[in-house]
Amino acid sequence: MADTSQNPLAPTVICDDVHIVYRVNAGGGGKGSATAALSRIVGKGKAEVTRGVRKVHAVRGVTFTAYRGEAIGLIGTNGSGKSTLLRAIAGLLPTESGKVYTDGQPSLLGVNAALMNDLTGERNVILGGLAMGMGREEVQTRYQDIVDFSGINDKGDFISLPMRTYSSGMGARLRFAIAAAKNHDVLLIDEALATGDRKFQIRSEARIRELRKEAGTVFLVSHSNKSIRDTCDRVLWLEKGQLLMDGPTDEVLKAYERETAR
Amino acid sequence: MSAPPSSVDEGLAPGDLAAKYGLSVSGARPGLFEYIRELWSRRHFILAFSSAKLTAQYSQAKLGQVWQVATPLLNALVYYLIFGLILDAGRGMSKEVYIPFLVTGIFVFTFTQSSVMAGVRAISGNLGLVRALHFPRATLPISFSLQQLQQLLFSLVVLAAVAIAFGSYPSLSWLLLIPALFLQFVFNVGLAMIMARMGSKTPDLAQLMPFVMRTWMYASGVMFSIPVMLADKPAWIADVLMYNPAAVYMDLVRFALIDGYGASNLPAHVWATALGWALVFGIGGFVYFWKAEERYGRG
Repeated sequence: MADTSQNPLAPTVICDDVHIVYRVNAGGGGKGSATAALSRIVGKGKAEVTRGVRKVHAVRGVTFTAYRGEAIGLIGTNGSGKSTLLRAIAGLLPTESGKVYTDGQPSLLGVNAALMNDLTGERNVILGGLAMGMGREEVQTRYQDIVDFSGINDKGDFISLPMRTYSSGMGARLRFAIAAAKNHDVLLIDEALATGDRKFQIRSEARIRELRKEAGTVFLVSHSNKSIRDTCDRVLWLEKGQLLMDGPTDEVLKAYERETAR
Repeated sequence: MSAPPSSVDEGLAPGDLAAKYGLSVSGARPGLFEYIRELWSRRHFILAFSSAKLTAQYSQAKLGQVWQVATPLLNALVYYLIFGLILDAGRGMSKEVYIPFLVTGIFVFTFTQSSVMAGVRAISGNLGLVRALHFPRATLPISFSLQQLQQLLFSLVVLAAVAIAFGSYPSLSWLLLIPALFLQFVFNVGLAMIMARMGSKTPDLAQLMPFVMRTWMYASGVMFSIPVMLADKPAWIADVLMYNPAAVYMDLVRFALIDGYGASNLPAHVWATALGWALVFGIGGFVYFWKAEERYGRG
């Protein structure tokens, strides 16, 4: 389909009636006493019906199509399913029903989970790069850029110290620098804009604009209406897992601000 | 409700639209060979991840990496104290054979045991990673098994020292360690992948497995010779125990390493059995793990 891929109106992400359900083992907290647990083990019950498991229906039937060149903001109150939807688009969280179709492999901006606090910043840069699917040579060539961008070494040789010795701001900067080192087709950003001090924020916003230019489609989850307005031309408003509104940034943000101001 | 108008595609069902532009289902399970190819392209990550885990393991301790060697050594010492001195489990063997026999058994079994335990938590203990980045999930159980292999290599230093101290000097037969441990590694990876899939669905296995593994350890003749200990029981019990994978790999390593532990202690067709276990579990475990690839990370 090479001829259609350059078409500006070619869809890059299609969500078709997506439902996502988390299953939570309520553990000791739920019906918690030891005797209750014992009677649960003795009395037979199907795994799904067992009292310990609770279902959380995080996304309920979201349908939309994203096109090449769009920057789409996701807004909604806490727990409205924004991050969950992003993960489903990235193919990291399986859908309960419905389907997500994508052009290529969307990637979530973030490597936090692959990094290890007990290792030096240097090894974490390499590990994070490899975790994002870079080759060994690619990591080597980008290594210096990542370290320079993070500004970790501005105050001395910190990159050779374990990450647990970093201040929280330094850690966040290094994580962002690693995550932003790779170019993506479909880029998913989850409130990554507000890390580090003012100087670093300006640098990271510039980097995100760069990534946006190279990426086909960008999704941005943020609680800052300003950064949504600055970066996005279309906004999806999620509430309680449902798509409340889908339209141009101004229109949706106005409605959202009216609703939240009340 | 508006999306950029697209006159030609108006009214097309999402599925048809996706098909028209060649979009694929996000997070769908790739075919087996595609999966192997993806896994191969992540080989550097697998190596880096396993050695990073290994380094991180002792980085808070003052003695640091010394514990890589000290931990197995202390382990061997404790078992020797109890089984060698107090319980006298080394019946039918001289001291020169029994001590390396015991230490080998512990290290080789620990290799499988810790691979299984790491496998159970490979997915369920790394949900953050699974939900943040895209990579073939088999990377995790393989990395963890590789970490255990690296740990075993440290233990082998201790093991060689023990063997030499009790009169088994390096010889050509020591080279047999390589195929024996390689086959065991393949077996471990397969088993770890089976445990990873089961553990991702039922994290409770992490609580249950220590008991299963301990039973397996005592049944595999880690600290005693199975034929000597079970001499007055029906022969089939000893046969079953001796052909179980843990016992097979242990016996092969002992045979390679210890001078006084000759071929008469090995069951018939032992290399074929070792290869068979490795193939059955290696391939079976991999396919079993791959079958659920798209479901890992479900909340």
